[in-house]
Amino acid sequence: MKIAITALEKSKTSKMDPRFGRGAYFAIYDSVTKQFSFHENVAKDAQGGAGPKAAEQIVNLGVNKLLSSDFGPKAKSALDSMGIEMLLYSDEEKTVEQILLENC
Amino acid sequence: MLKYKIAVASGKGGTGKTTVSVNLFYTLQKILNQKIQLVDCDVEEPNIHLFTKGILESTQDVIIKIPVIDKDKCVYCGDCAAACAYNAILFVKSISHIAVLEDLCHGCGACSYVCNQPDVIIEKNKKLGVVNSFVLPNGGELIEGKIEIGTALAVPVIGKTLKATDENSLRIIDAPPGTSCPVMETIKEADFIILVTEPTPFGLNDLKLMIGTIRKLGRKFGVVINRAGLGDGAIYEYLQNENIELLMEISFDKNLARIYSEGKIIVEEIPEMFEKYTLLFEKIKINLNEADSDC
Ligand code: SF4
Ligand code: SF4
Repeated sequence: MKIAITALEKSKTSKMDPRFGRGAYFAIYDSVTKQFSFHENVAKDAQGGAGPKAAEQIVNLGVNKLLSSDFGPKAKSALDSMGIEMLLYSDEEKTVEQILLENC
Repeated sequence: MLKYKIAVASGKGGTGKTTVSVNLFYTLQKILNQKIQLVDCDVEEPNIHLFTKGILESTQDVIIKIPVIDKDKCVYCGDCAAACAYNAILFVKSISHIAVLEDLCHGCGACSYVCNQPDVIIEKNKKLGVVNSFVLPNGGELIEGKIEIGTALAVPVIGKTLKATDENSLRIIDAPPGTSCPVMETIKEADFIILVTEPTPFGLNDLKLMIGTIRKLGRKFGVVINRAGLGDGAIYEYLQNENIELLMEISFDKNLARIYSEGKIIVEEIPEMFEKYTLLFEKIKINLNEADSDC
């Protein structure tokens, strides 16, 4: 299973990015291969529709479960329609590595 | 016959912008022997009709065409999603998922243009809002744009509202508050822009933003200070340094607030205010005549 969260930086020690659609990076943990990967959010500077665009990327990356402290309404319905599990989560202290390992 | 387009704008809400539009309109309809149109482009919350008590003469819908995708015939090539500049088509090839996000769609038609499969994309109408025209007891007209609740596309509604006005009349256009796209759509073709502000630090900050944008558009403008006497003198210093014309000042006055709250028109109740707005128009006319002799 692949679990993802938005991250402020491209590293395991990064803190989570509170935004989804306009978050800087996606940090992904694959529970089968035990690997972390980081991807720039292609939608972060989009004029409009950043949420659904980011949702597309999440699906293309093979993610099954997504953590964020703020899914916009458009992102939410897009993720819903594509069967992605969403979890509202907020912690500004922990690293994305800790968060992903605890929630997978 | 004067055919000016005068826009009234403000960097933020609640500065008295609409009061200035309405009172200038009543003043001009009295002093000029021609048709004056008041145009309410504050399409999210048009409220001028509450003051003017006109008779609704006509209503037209503002419609865009949005795509409907036949999923049985779609070959999931993704061309439509790639062509959409507004991210309004959700498309993931690996799971054969395609959906039109109607809220984001601007009705530009690019998707149906690029789709090379027959009959996959058909278009349906979506109503964005209405344009209402009222005839007023003073002989003038009010044209009002109003977006449908739940739609976010103000710009096409403003465009249609401005198009519904009469080019042979003098038009006073009440812009939405702020400096966003809808405001630009409203003021970009105005001959003159009246900026309404308050003499407070917030007011000054918003005014500077607004003036920055207007200068980029290359439009003529001047400033009206409402509730003069509040705040500090920083705004006067700024206007002087920047060589911006102060067109009019309205003092903070409980009497004016009362007349306004009773839904009455200030220039019809207080002769000095009528004089003030007449003078305001004289100043605008001088600005516009200068423009003529320049070219
Ligand atoms: S009409 Fe234009 S904005 Fe709407 S979905 Fe098609 S390409 Fe996108
Ligand atoms: S361009 Fe036409 S065929 Fe291709 S994905 Fe879009 S709707 Fe389907």
